[in-house]
Amino acid sequence: MTARTLYEKVWDSHVIKNYEDGTSLLYIDRHLVQEVSSPQAFAGLVAEGREFRHPAAHIAVADHAVPTTNRHLPLPEGLAARQVARLKDNCERFNIGYIGMNVAQHGIVHVIGPELGFTLPGATLVCGDSHTSTHGAFGAIAFGIGASECECVFATQSLRQRKQKTMRVNLIGKLSDGVTVKDIILALIAQIGTNGGVGFAIEYAGPVIAQLSMEARMTLCNMSIEAGSRVGMVAPDEATIAWVSGRPLAPQGTLLDRAVDHWKSLPSDAGAVFDREVELDVSPLAPQVSWGTNPGETASVTAQVPDPAMEGDPVRRQKMERSLAYMDLKPGTPLEDITIDRVFIGSCTNGRLEDLRIAASVVSGRKVADNVAAIVVPGSATVRLQAEAEGLDRIFREAGFEWRDSGCSMCVAMNDDRLKPGERCASTSNRNFEGRQGLGGRTHLMSPAMAAAAAIAGHLIDIRKLETLH
Amino acid sequence: MEKFTRLTSVAAPLAEADIDTDIIFPARFLLLLDKAGLGKHLFHERRHRRDGSMTDFILNTPPFNEARILVADANFGSGSSREQAVWALADFGIRCVIAPSFGEIFFSNCFKNGVLPIVMTGEAHANIMAAARTGQPFSVDLEEQTLLLPNGPALNFDIDPWRKRALLLGLDEIGSILADDEADISAFEARHRATSPWLFLDDGRMDQFLSQGDGK
Repeated sequence: MTARTLYEKVWDSHVIKNYEDGTSLLYIDRHLVQEVSSPQAFAGLVAEGREFRHPAAHIAVADHAVPTTNRHLPLPEGLAARQVARLKDNCERFNIGYIGMNVAQHGIVHVIGPELGFTLPGATLVCGDSHTSTHGAFGAIAFGIGASECECVFATQSLRQRKQKTMRVNLIGKLSDGVTVKDIILALIAQIGTNGGVGFAIEYAGPVIAQLSMEARMTLCNMSIEAGSRVGMVAPDEATIAWVSGRPLAPQGTLLDRAVDHWKSLPSDAGAVFDREVELDVSPLAPQVSWGTNPGETASVTAQVPDPAMEGDPVRRQKMERSLAYMDLKPGTPLEDITIDRVFIGSCTNGRLEDLRIAASVVSGRKVADNVAAIVVPGSATVRLQAEAEGLDRIFREAGFEWRDSGCSMCVAMNDDRLKPGERCASTSNRNFEGRQGLGGRTHLMSPAMAAAAAIAGHLIDIRKLETLH
Repeated sequence: MEKFTRLTSVAAPLAEADIDTDIIFPARFLLLLDKAGLGKHLFHERRHRRDGSMTDFILNTPPFNEARILVADANFGSGSSREQAVWALADFGIRCVIAPSFGEIFFSNCFKNGVLPIVMTGEAHANIMAAARTGQPFSVDLEEQTLLLPNGPALNFDIDPWRKRALLLGLDEIGSILADDEADISAFEARHRATSPWLFLDDGRMDQFLSQGDGK
């Protein structure tokens, strides 16, 4: 039999039928539903008088629009309250599992899917959210879709798709102290570009993977979409199986044994051919920070703001000029000289327990700079409760951070957590787009350790200089 | 879905790379629950000053304020999966977007809403951008897969056959799958359940687990 990649194995096992034109009808095992991309999909279903094909394959949670404070109170009347209520009503009407805002399992879709064991190796999983690539960390084909496709999955449990080309990203070397997986993915995006992955399903491979926790693998796969790829995957291994086993919705007993046998057959075969191979040596990497308005506009924290005049391609040059104008940065300025107003630690990229532990270790015994307002937003209630059990909330509070309830929060600024025009934020989120964290706000993407260090210093700073901070 | 067959219109030139869907449709308007009427928020920050007055953004500038074609640059529609970006474009009147490359989810969303995205690269794209700036009308013929520039030759473009058919006929994709493929889905589901039973959650465990929370 021909050697196959991880992606091809999962793909092949979900093809309902192949059409003559080379597209396929792909079976979708799991669908995470949230409040922003679903109202129109539910409305479409109602308008056509259609039903859910398989309600148990869907689970819903409101994560984007919910507040991260005062959750014991009813939501203030307004658009957000209506959107959250609409999701709950739709779920009741169609018998879809709904996780309420004050339930112990609440959280960002991409944090709770894996926590619940809803995300499984070898599955196909979709969500009306581009960061669905996160779930590929378990060896699932997981991708973001639009609302029309959500409606299609509601009604048919399938999507017509064309198989992606495959790209293997080989991560070699060893991470230096202070450098984390967020720095790997930011450096990769800077290397291959924000559309470098368009048309490809990425598999992250190489010796570095074994050194990465499941949380770190989720961060890696999460930002695949920022390189243009809807799908980012890591082959399941013992760490994956250990992480999944015992989760509330994961298979149990003999069914788990059968599943594990299958999961062990999923890694790409020796000799499997990828359409593109990319290598990244992580050994020389310094901590990364973004300086522009897309995640590819990223540099080592030791560098300076780049000069558009040095860019040969006129379209790129014009984009850089626009980015620097928006970011109010001058070419040649050392990145470490950039002062900040806000710090956001959280999101589906970096709102997991490991992220909070790292950030807490940086701020422990230190104080947030006077010019900075800093918040920590756990990715889920589970993360929050675990962190509180470890005393991380106390460390953050004593340092001067606010400790919030779970949600997307200031990554997407659909609730009240947002930057004011002109404010500058060190953020562990995934997008530094214009206005992403609030109208006129300026975002610098970085790792939790780097954001925590920036909060203490009051400006961007190389985490490796931590000992000089007070 | 509205059909797409032929279109003749001025084409608005937007020569800026990496226009993400946050720029096309800012997140704060995502709280709206309907598809209709989103055009007023299209490119909101580019079209409106903070005092509410209109800018000289290309889609505010005659004749391009009536453009039904947008000529964009690389990586148009990257980022968020929000279909509101396409709904807003369509509501504004844009039915065709031409760019060297697109965000994948945006690209896919276009076809669900009667909007035709056309990939044109290199010199062809540069010529199209230059032609758009003249303010003279373009013609797009989907059946023939041609783009006719003012005073120029007809350029051919590629499109997946099933997507072409869906646009030409204004097909309801879900209806097509339910009508044509339902037996195949059922047969697959039976096989899949036999080989991978752990992927099916209809054993009531989800209900048990959710009943532990109050769901409020």
